[in-house]
Amino acid sequence: MTNTTTIAPDPAVTEDVAPDSAAATSAVTTGGGSRGIVALLVTPVVLAVLSLVLYLYVGGAEKDSAERSALDWGSKLYPQMQTHVGLTLWSTVIVLALAVPMGILLTRPMFRKGAPQVGRRELPRPIGGAFQYLSPSMLAVANVGQALPAYGLFILFLAWRGQGFATAVTALVVFALLPVLRNTMVGLEQVDPAVIEAGRGMGMSKFRVLLSIELPLAVPVILAGVRTALVINVGMASLAFLIGGGGLGITINSGLKLSRDLITVTGAGMVAILALSVDWVAAVVERVLRPKGL
Amino acid sequence: MSEPTAEATTSDLAEDLAAVAPEPDATVTHDPDVADAMIRLDEVSKTYAGTAEPAVAALTLDVPRGEILVLVGPSGCGKSTTLRLINRMIEPTGGRILFDGRDVTRVNPDELRRHIGYVIQQIGLFPHRTIADNVATVPKMLGWDRSRIRARVDELLDTVGLDPSIYRNRYPKELSGGQAQRVGVARALGADPPVLLMDEPFGAIDPITRDRLQNEFLRLQADMQKTIVFVTHDIDEAIKMGDRIAILRDGSAIAQVDTPQRILALPIDDFVQDFIGSGAALKGLNFERVRDLTLGDFPHVRHDAGHAKAIQILDGSRQQWMVVLDAHERPLRWVNRTDIDRSDRRLTEVGQAVRVTVEPNATLHDTLEAMLNSSVGAAIVTDARGRYQGVVEIEVLTEAISRMRTEARAHYASLGLSTADAPGLAPYAPPALDGTS
Repeated sequence: MTNTTTIAPDPAVTEDVAPDSAAATSAVTTGGGSRGIVALLVTPVVLAVLSLVLYLYVGGAEKDSAERSALDWGSKLYPQMQTHVGLTLWSTVIVLALAVPMGILLTRPMFRKGAPQVGRRELPRPIGGAFQYLSPSMLAVANVGQALPAYGLFILFLAWRGQGFATAVTALVVFALLPVLRNTMVGLEQVDPAVIEAGRGMGMSKFRVLLSIELPLAVPVILAGVRTALVINVGMASLAFLIGGGGLGITINSGLKLSRDLITVTGAGMVAILALSVDWVAAVVERVLRPKGL
Repeated sequence: MSEPTAEATTSDLAEDLAAVAPEPDATVTHDPDVADAMIRLDEVSKTYAGTAEPAVAALTLDVPRGEILVLVGPSGCGKSTTLRLINRMIEPTGGRILFDGRDVTRVNPDELRRHIGYVIQQIGLFPHRTIADNVATVPKMLGWDRSRIRARVDELLDTVGLDPSIYRNRYPKELSGGQAQRVGVARALGADPPVLLMDEPFGAIDPITRDRLQNEFLRLQADMQKTIVFVTHDIDEAIKMGDRIAILRDGSAIAQVDTPQRILALPIDDFVQDFIGSGAALKGLNFERVRDLTLGDFPHVRHDAGHAKAIQILDGSRQQWMVVLDAHERPLRWVNRTDIDRSDRRLTEVGQAVRVTVEPNATLHDTLEAMLNSSVGAAIVTDARGRYQGVVEIEVLTEAISRMRTEARAHYASLGLSTADAPGLAPYAPPALDGTS
């Protein structure tokens, strides 16, 4: 935040002047104040330089026919990159559509057994039975998704769903579900119960409290999860070629199979630049969406 | 609601509630004593599922319009639960809640709460919203137009002592605890609700700021005349803030509900006595003023009246000391017989100087302080221009205390209540010297 200029407090209320450290703590909690901004501004330049270096290196290198064919922009690299981005975006969108509502639902009192009750007096009682175990068990399922080796996960889904883009997206969704789900739940649970109490006490409905208080306050944590999921998915999408999902993994694989380092480096370099770019976009979004005042 | 006014108009609430509440119940019996009850709890109870003991058992309580009722009691007695039953943050399992004669036990609780201010100890400001947005929470929900909201927010920030031009666009994290609770109070007053519920609002604030906020709040209340239910565990805060105090024991059972004066004068049983702690009589002196006392004759003499006259007056009384006044009847000196006998010196030069006097509107507590500071053990009362009015002796204070007790007893007798269980005034017990008290 840049608006931390301290205004001289009204003499009438000097009893308890707001601590100046507020500015300092805000710098910490917003993830880096001016330093964060510098990083955000410098990153695209660095990425552009990296891309240029890669382009010049690949363009300047002497290539045989196999390399020329594998590194053709119009027929290979560009469509592969498009697929790669498609895999990443689709899986992330689906993860968001699944994990955020799930996280919201699972943090509602009726699904929580032994939810942190500190300070939150008199929540509705859990509805009991199987439901109260739903929240921990959903987290367990999501955990399994991430604990399984990625390779194995792809093969499992291949056996189940057959080859193709859709199967790859499904596998990526399962893989990236956990960080978003977990962060949604954590983000919602770390909202100060007193704030919710105050909202309800002033006549906000539960839904209104969720929409205008809980979710905005959970946004930074949820977005951190989304950012993690995005970066994971860019990397994981490199394996999608295994089940016919396409992506830059094809190029990397060709390089390895043909023992052509130039091809491998090009594929790997493009994945790396893509991952960093996605991370940067996510960081910008995080910055824009983070509520002021936190 | 049409115009943004600071004054609570009760017709506002009636209008608002008419939208959400059914017609007044014809079977409501109006106790003549509380015909003007703004809040009425009628046998309200709360039993949590799975527990046999009710957390609140059949509580009946009336809060007259414009009164601060303080719920006070030991931890876990259910005072917060009781407060939260009133705005139905906790749904009662039995009984009825009436606002201004209307049964609101079954109206939409969200709509209901928009017409009840709510202040909690943890304050709970929305950290992602500016101070102005926080204060505007309820007016926004009620659909006020923008200019009206802006005017109201500025007015409220002003009322609680925060300069709107400085604080309007700040965020809660930039405020100290005291400032944050000022905003908390402003937010609760957002749509000018006639009723305010406060759950230990000043409990988490340092003692000096707390004292200031209490005083400011009492001044504010003198203007706005809200009906307030105030929860605290601190008996001194209860005595200070309450028009009436309800002392609760386990299960929110009312041990005693009355004015601070009467509770201090006559704790109804050992529980109340213990809860008030030592020094009840002393605290009770805060509620009596010198002007309400009948001051007996006390020997006094003009400084130029002469020694013989002074001796005659002093000997004619049963007192050891007399007061010497100056030409404007202002008290000058305390003199005793030995002093007067020194006939070589003027009356204005013998005896002890009068250092402390009290005015008629001083409390008996201040008067006692003045007595302790006087070498004679009595306090001289003067009017606003410093003229001698009389003397308060220690016996007058003990009489006042016993009169308060007698009045309280008579009051309870007239209500048909027995005061047989009331413990006598606690014998003086020296405070423990371990620093814990």
